Amino acid sequence: MTATTTLPATEQTDALGIHQPRLPKWAPAGIALGAAAVGVGIGTVAGLSSRIQWGLIAALLFVLASYAISATVEGKRQAKDRFATSMVWVAFLLAVIPLASLIWETVSRGIKVLDAYFLTHSMSGVVTIQPGGGVYHAILGTLEQVGIATLISAPIGLLTAIYLVEYGKGKLAKAVTFFVDVMTGIPSIVAGLFILSLWIMMLGFSYSGLAGAMALSILMMPVVVRSTEEMLKLVPNELREASYALGVPKWKTIMKVVLPTSIGGITTGVMLAIARIAGESAPLLLLVFGNPVINGNPFDGAQAGLPLFIYEQWANGNEASYDRAWAAALVLIAFVMILNLVARGIARWKAPQHR
Amino acid sequence: MAKRIDIGSLSAYYGKFKAIEDISMTVEPKSVTAFIGPSGCGKSTFLRTLNRMHEVAAGAHVEGKVMLDDEDLYAPGVDPVAVRRTVGMVFQRPNPFPTMSIYDNVAAGLKLNGRYKKSELDAVVEKSLKGANLWNEVKDRLNRPGSGLSGGQQQRLCIARAIAVEPQVLLMDEPCSALDPISTIAIEDLIGELKKKYTIVIVTHNMQQAARVSDRTAFFNLAAVGQPGKLIEIDDTERIFSNPSVQATEDYVSGRFG
Ligand SMILES: Nc1ncnc2c1ncn2[C@@H]1O[C@H](COP(=O)(O)OP(=O)(O)O)[C@@H](O)[C@H]1O
Ligand SMILES: [Mg+2]
Repeated sequence: MTATTTLPATEQTDALGIHQPRLPKWAPAGIALGAAAVGVGIGTVAGLSSRIQWGLIAALLFVLASYAISATVEGKRQAKDRFATSMVWVAFLLAVIPLASLIWETVSRGIKVLDAYFLTHSMSGVVTIQPGGGVYHAILGTLEQVGIATLISAPIGLLTAIYLVEYGKGKLAKAVTFFVDVMTGIPSIVAGLFILSLWIMMLGFSYSGLAGAMALSILMMPVVVRSTEEMLKLVPNELREASYALGVPKWKTIMKVVLPTSIGGITTGVMLAIARIAGESAPLLLLVFGNPVINGNPFDGAQAGLPLFIYEQWANGNEASYDRAWAAALVLIAFVMILNLVARGIARWKAPQHR
Repeated sequence: MAKRIDIGSLSAYYGKFKAIEDISMTVEPKSVTAFIGPSGCGKSTFLRTLNRMHEVAAGAHVEGKVMLDDEDLYAPGVDPVAVRRTVGMVFQRPNPFPTMSIYDNVAAGLKLNGRYKKSELDAVVEKSLKGANLWNEVKDRLNRPGSGLSGGQQQRLCIARAIAVEPQVLLMDEPCSALDPISTIAIEDLIGELKKKYTIVIVTHNMQQAARVSDRTAFFNLAAVGQPGKLIEIDDTERIFSNPSVQATEDYVSGRFG
């Protein structure tokens, strides 16, 4: 057998009909390179200015060439397989390119003015068309608003999820689940309008970080409930029974057995919920209002916030402001990224150990 | 310490479904009573009525009496949580708490129910692990997670956890069915030790095991699927396996069905 496999496939004695000519391993990469080269060639010769057109031509060539070459060498079934594989690759690239270019764009534009000064100073007394100023007040505002929103919605969300999974049966649980579903679908601007009419127009409070945080917590709560619910459901019933069998009451079983077992996943869920609301700008626009100077008190008066800052700077419409907007966007992305990493770290650290 | 259990016309339900019907028997103190019978005849259900774990399932309820010496476990005003401290339980699959160390697993019943001094806990943990024949294997790694032990060790850890709260009765639901033969022997030896102090009830699918470890054996059966399970007979283990008084028992223990 070893002797025959070294022969070219066509010369083999193929009594079983199980041998087939195959393209070499490097074929897909080669075809991709060729397609890219031809795509660039056509693009230049035809004078197409858009790189997107070049890429699309290359992608089309890649898919067609893979199919055609494979069909002539390997046969129909293999060609179909290659066709599907090359489509998957093209789809993958189409999905990744926007993400990669978004990060590239933000980093390359944002890094320009992002320095220690930018992170530690506010926009107080800065003329918007001139360079200078910083984002400190916005970072402070975002941390406070997101922090308060988390303080409001994490406990409520957690308790709701515990109720639904551990206690809830019957009509009330169904109603709660329904409301959580409805809340999941509330657009952020509507949450903002709701707090605006209730807190500011009806009750007469002023703009503040707190008002923004309340709207953010409306957006955050259903996410916390959903993710916590899933995590609690993952805790095996056997553990609850083991605890009951020791004469441990139900509430203590939840506190000391169920929650510790799922705390990693719950924390991850809360972190991801925070990441989701950190970039919300609509409620801040309505409720926090924006403020060029440092206001460290989230309970009184207009504050800044990162998404709001980005919006304002962009709206200024001059180079210096654009630079600041990009730098703030980079700070926001970094903040969310750090939260994600922390969440992963906690999940790994708290995961029940198996050795 | 060990107590007698008197069960009087006990039926248990899951919602409308009657899982066991009209069971009466006596479980002698400081002895091992084995429950045998085909799958689904209600052995686990019956066992779980003995420490009020049955009612943990949604819609589950019980009719009849379970007397622990002279106290009816189902009398009004009896706290099921307190009952479970008196009647401990070991499950089919070893289920140590995954977030806790070996030490904390054994101490869990005490720690979760009150405040104890470290020295008290140390003593209880050592005594319970010794009682479960596990001390020598784990004494150097008490702070490692309990889930890192082998299946047989985990099950002995669960037994240590159950006896750490000093129950009067120990219920075991097929404690060896997820274990290899060597671990099974270890648990069976342990049961022989434990019966000096505790009243033990064990559900088993393994006839030889019932014959090896138990003093008395109860045979359960059900007329058909969907029908409630019933106690067919309970007698000294020797008699059940040599000369039972009911034909169905003989058929079952000799392997003719089930
Ligand atoms: N949690 C439950 N809810 C509803 N029915 C159950 C539940 N547990 C067991 N049953 C039913 O009760 C009957 C007895 O089950 P079980 O006590 O587990 O039998 P065994 O332990 O003898 O195999 C079976 O018909 C089973 O389907
Ligand atoms: Mg069972």
